[in-house]
Amino acid sequence: MNKNKEKLLAKRYSSEKRFQFLGKSAIFMALLFLAIFIFKIFSTGYTAFQKTWLIVPVNFDAETMYLDANPSKEDLEDADYFEISLQSMFNLDKNANEKQQNELKKMVSYFFEREIKQELINDPSLLGKTKDVYITASDDLDQVFKGNYPRDLPENQRRVTDYQLKIFDQLVEQGKVESKFNLSFFTYPDSREAELAGIASSFMGSIFSILVCLAIAFPVAVLAAIYLEEFAPKNRFTDFIEVNINNLAAVPSIVFGLLGLGILLAVFQLPRSTPLVGGITLSLMTLPTIIIACRASLKAVPPSIREAALAMGASRMQTTMHHTVPLSMPGTLSGTIIGLAQALGETAPLILIGMVAFVNTIPGSPMDPAASLPVQIYIWAESAERGFVEKVSACIMVLLGFLIVMNLFAQIIRHKFEKKWS
Amino acid sequence: MIKISAKNVDVFYGKKQALFNINLDIEENQVTALIGPSGCGKSTFLRCLNRMNDVIDICKVQGEIVINDFNINDKGCDVVRLREKIGMVFQKPNPFPKTLYENISYGPTIHGMAQSKQEMDEIVETSLKKAALWEEVKDRLHEPGTGLSGGQQQRLCIARAISVQPEVILMDEPCSALDPIATAQIEELIDELKKEHTIIIVTHSMAQAARVSQNTGFFHLGELIEHGSTDKIFKNPENNKTQDYITGRFG
Repeated sequence: MNKNKEKLLAKRYSSEKRFQFLGKSAIFMALLFLAIFIFKIFSTGYTAFQKTWLIVPVNFDAETMYLDANPSKEDLEDADYFEISLQSMFNLDKNANEKQQNELKKMVSYFFEREIKQELINDPSLLGKTKDVYITASDDLDQVFKGNYPRDLPENQRRVTDYQLKIFDQLVEQGKVESKFNLSFFTYPDSREAELAGIASSFMGSIFSILVCLAIAFPVAVLAAIYLEEFAPKNRFTDFIEVNINNLAAVPSIVFGLLGLGILLAVFQLPRSTPLVGGITLSLMTLPTIIIACRASLKAVPPSIREAALAMGASRMQTTMHHTVPLSMPGTLSGTIIGLAQALGETAPLILIGMVAFVNTIPGSPMDPAASLPVQIYIWAESAERGFVEKVSACIMVLLGFLIVMNLFAQIIRHKFEKKWS
Repeated sequence: MIKISAKNVDVFYGKKQALFNINLDIEENQVTALIGPSGCGKSTFLRCLNRMNDVIDICKVQGEIVINDFNINDKGCDVVRLREKIGMVFQKPNPFPKTLYENISYGPTIHGMAQSKQEMDEIVETSLKKAALWEEVKDRLHEPGTGLSGGQQQRLCIARAISVQPEVILMDEPCSALDPIATAQIEELIDELKKEHTIIIVTHSMAQAARVSQNTGFFHLGELIEHGSTDKIFKNPENNKTQDYITGRFG
């Protein structure tokens, strides 16, 4: 008898130990995967925040630019910079033949003419002088400089020619290649050229989409939740509505995308590819999330508070607006932010309503075409150029950073404004 | 003088009947205690008096409850005005999670009882003084009401209830969550309050009923078994069940 009891006890202890071990290994696995994921993203992405510049001497020769000695500002704007730009690249190798000259030109981004122009407009006194100008290197050389480019491939399998590599190595030796913080990644819109591509348009697109989504989803969801929780009679019909709201939260997001495509674009003829349509589509998705969060936090307000207010002679409306709703706001707000964070990471519905289009302008309002951060990741991940690999990771980092900030904000709201009741 | 008169009151929770044909008169400016074992319907009856049962969807009240010659179960009765006249203190202290001042000023604000900040300050001060809480909290009126001790919170709730000068105060086991010292303070307060208000108190403690009340009603299984002056109920009850309950044989 006693022996049996001891056996049983030992069994109970060992089963608890087994359970703890399994739990710990599950957590370990989860952390491991997270660590691998983050390491991978950071190790491929961090180089995107640096950009390689070639320092090229440019001769701002007035005659070549068809300018007189004292040009006005308009003259400087209208002058022909192509010739001096081309010439300064050719000057890197004075003995280059025509084919090699073409390769020299391709060592920098096609933006080089504009960069040189900007230099002169900033400082007109340079006219007639020669100055070293920072010019964005081509994405392939950028990758070479960052060590991401397989130089040992046979030449016919590389986009960078042996000649370009030779000149580039000479420049590196002379200290004419520099790596600087890649501001243009944040200020430029998307581009077909990896060295010029930035996230400005998709970032703004995301912000506008989220704002539209918030402006629509929050008031509708909060009103719906308050009515359902505080005023609606509890009967079969409201039960039916509740079940369907929960179902709505489980609908795959691509279905909402089809809804946006079929209704917003086809029927209401709203402009394609715009954050307005994207935001409305996302708000449909966010609506049930906010309703559920708001109802849950309304439910969490102790009934004693409602009774206290009602017993003081407050009407139902006053009880709700003066007491219940303010007390439920922290939960509602953090639920809202989490819903918005979900919407921010949503790709599929946005692709369907056309936010996947190539947009090389920065949107100024929700009515302008734009991409969004997750769609930008998708677009770049599809691109063939080597330079986009690091951009994908960098864009993921920005998106993750955005999400972390939002979730942190939700936590702060929850902790700071949550009132304690006895 | 009779303040409240309940006639043939039946209460149903869905299909289950919770109160059977209650007839009870409540005297003005006296304390009436409702006693009885758990689940006997005394709290349900109390909540009929300010129509708090309206909050419960499945609850249905039948019969007449006449206050100031007016049947509050009439369709025309405005519950907001009714509850302004009939205050309530609950079993668990339930101050609003706001400052002490806001807790007291809430009722007068929604009923438009103060024209100026000064008047409101006065109402807050007199309410707290009547609830014997003023001396303890006068320096921290703008701190949260939930920071007080249990007994103080309950006195705050009483102060909140009397801030709108109700004619009747309903108390639903106001001391059940409190220690003996806090309980004694509340009982003393009840004695003081009956000068201006009619008080109906539900209590589990027979000793408390004997101490604070002038009239007592004994409930059992949804019926009002016996009522009358507290003296009579405790010393010389007519019904055997009352006798058994008072002497502690059940309940």
